[in-house]
Amino acid sequence: MTTEMNLEQKFQDYVDAENKVEPKDWMPEKYRQTLIRQVSQHAHSEVVGMLPEANWITRAPSLRRKVALLAKVQDEAGHGLYLYSAAETLGADRMDMVEDLLSGKAKYSSIFNYPTPTWADIGAIGWLVDGAAIANQVMLCRTSYGPYSRAMVRICKEESFHQRQGYEIMMTLAQGSAEQKEMAQAALNRWWWPSLMMFGPTDDDSPNSAQSMKWKIKRKSNDQLRQEFIDKTVPQAEFLGLTVPDPDLKWNEEHSHYDFGEINWEEFYSVIKGNGKCNKQRMDARNKAHDEGQWIREAANAYAKKQEERKKQAAA
Amino acid sequence: MQKELLEYTLRLGDNALILGQRLGEWCGYGPILEQDIALSNIALDQLGQARMLLQYAAKLKGEGFTEDKMAFFRDVYDYHNLLMVELPNGHWGNTLVRQFLFDTFNYFLYTQLLESKDDHIRSVAQKAIKEITYHAQWSAEWVIRLGDGTEESHQKVQDALDDLWQWTGEMFTMDEVETAMLEKGIGADLNLVKDQWHQKVAEILEVATLKKPDDEWMQEGGKQGEHTEYLGYVLAEMQHLPRMHPDVQW
Repeated sequence: MTTEMNLEQKFQDYVDAENKVEPKDWMPEKYRQTLIRQVSQHAHSEVVGMLPEANWITRAPSLRRKVALLAKVQDEAGHGLYLYSAAETLGADRMDMVEDLLSGKAKYSSIFNYPTPTWADIGAIGWLVDGAAIANQVMLCRTSYGPYSRAMVRICKEESFHQRQGYEIMMTLAQGSAEQKEMAQAALNRWWWPSLMMFGPTDDDSPNSAQSMKWKIKRKSNDQLRQEFIDKTVPQAEFLGLTVPDPDLKWNEEHSHYDFGEINWEEFYSVIKGNGKCNKQRMDARNKAHDEGQWIREAANAYAKKQEERKKQAAA
Repeated sequence: MQKELLEYTLRLGDNALILGQRLGEWCGYGPILEQDIALSNIALDQLGQARMLLQYAAKLKGEGFTEDKMAFFRDVYDYHNLLMVELPNGHWGNTLVRQFLFDTFNYFLYTQLLESKDDHIRSVAQKAIKEITYHAQWSAEWVIRLGDGTEESHQKVQDALDDLWQWTGEMFTMDEVETAMLEKGIGADLNLVKDQWHQKVAEILEVATLKKPDDEWMQEGGKQGEHTEYLGYVLAEMQHLPRMHPDVQW
């Protein structure tokens, strides 16, 4: 017990001195478990997050946009891969993680349970959802776990590019025809509040946050990140000539940030529970792709095995 | 000559566009992330080639055409792609076998286009050949893997191959446009491509333990604008937004 406590204290000192924890280092079991949960959820979010945007690949309204969108969704698959790899360095197994996603045991970011009915939603996702994700991920570039932090550095670069693309789509629509502008405004109305919810519950309702902050897995609180995002994004909306759908939104001179209205936490918890517009479609789509891929994965494994045996025979 | 060159360019460009569009449908739904990424890569290459070729076609056409007007404002009968690329994806095995049959054709076709006397087509070929070489290698590897994988995968790709074979004939038909372009030193000799293709396909299928179907009756017409019922739906999906809001920027 004493040894364990000493180790934990040493670990804390090590983290406090801004050192990175590497896979082979000793770490508290709870640190490991927290990270596996967080990193695998992050990976699942990238993979499920492909679906709402993939919805528009075949319908993108110009070839340039089509190529950019396809490349973007492909990048998300790549992010999913790095993150599954990062989780594997903690001893998690990729197939187990995928099984947990498919069975509904593991969570993914609830934002992807919202639909993309129009092309403007692709702009809004890039601008707002990627924008919110970046706020979180920039912080995670400095997270205490080395492989996660390095994956984030790479991911952030690509995400910033995606966000610019999203904003550019919104800009084009906002400067376009009356119908296009209306489309852009409606998408902002749909995505604004869910994007704010992406940062998670308020600090008062986020019981695990304190420990994560202490271990420097998280470096900023949910409310802090949310506020930064709002302060950065509101002027961008103004520049587009679009209206943020919050009547209580107001610049606070004294605190130098925007005050904003009450977030509908009932909706947040309800969507997490499964009651979003697309929860079922997203899970069905992932399960269908997985099930229909079964014979292909089996064939690839069988072939690899045969090849190995052939090599052995040739060598013998 | 200009008319034939335009149609020849559209044949190349439409193959790339419609195949890229079909492959784009897979994004997010592949059997495993790594292969989802690989197939999206191929889709991206196809769409990149399509853009270069449709830009050139738009220039040849004049009349204020652009790559987007070419893609989004032509109807079925003005499309000149091979019928094979407009077919629904089917399962992964169907998609991969189609890809293999097409990539192998495309490889030998573009190898000849590297020597095209048309500067644009030659420069597209120079860029595309690296991509196509990789595609052909990747899809051949998958055909081998699935053919020589499990009993189930073997049967599935053999069925896919048997179904798709009838769509391979038109790849090699030398009609007036192809003949004119060959004579000008712009286009490829499809008889040569045909021999190379048959040899390569036979070679890969043998390794894959698959049976090469016999050449019987072949479908044709895509190159001349006579399409299957599928293309209308591909275009309806692809074109609906720009057609609903013409004359705006996206």
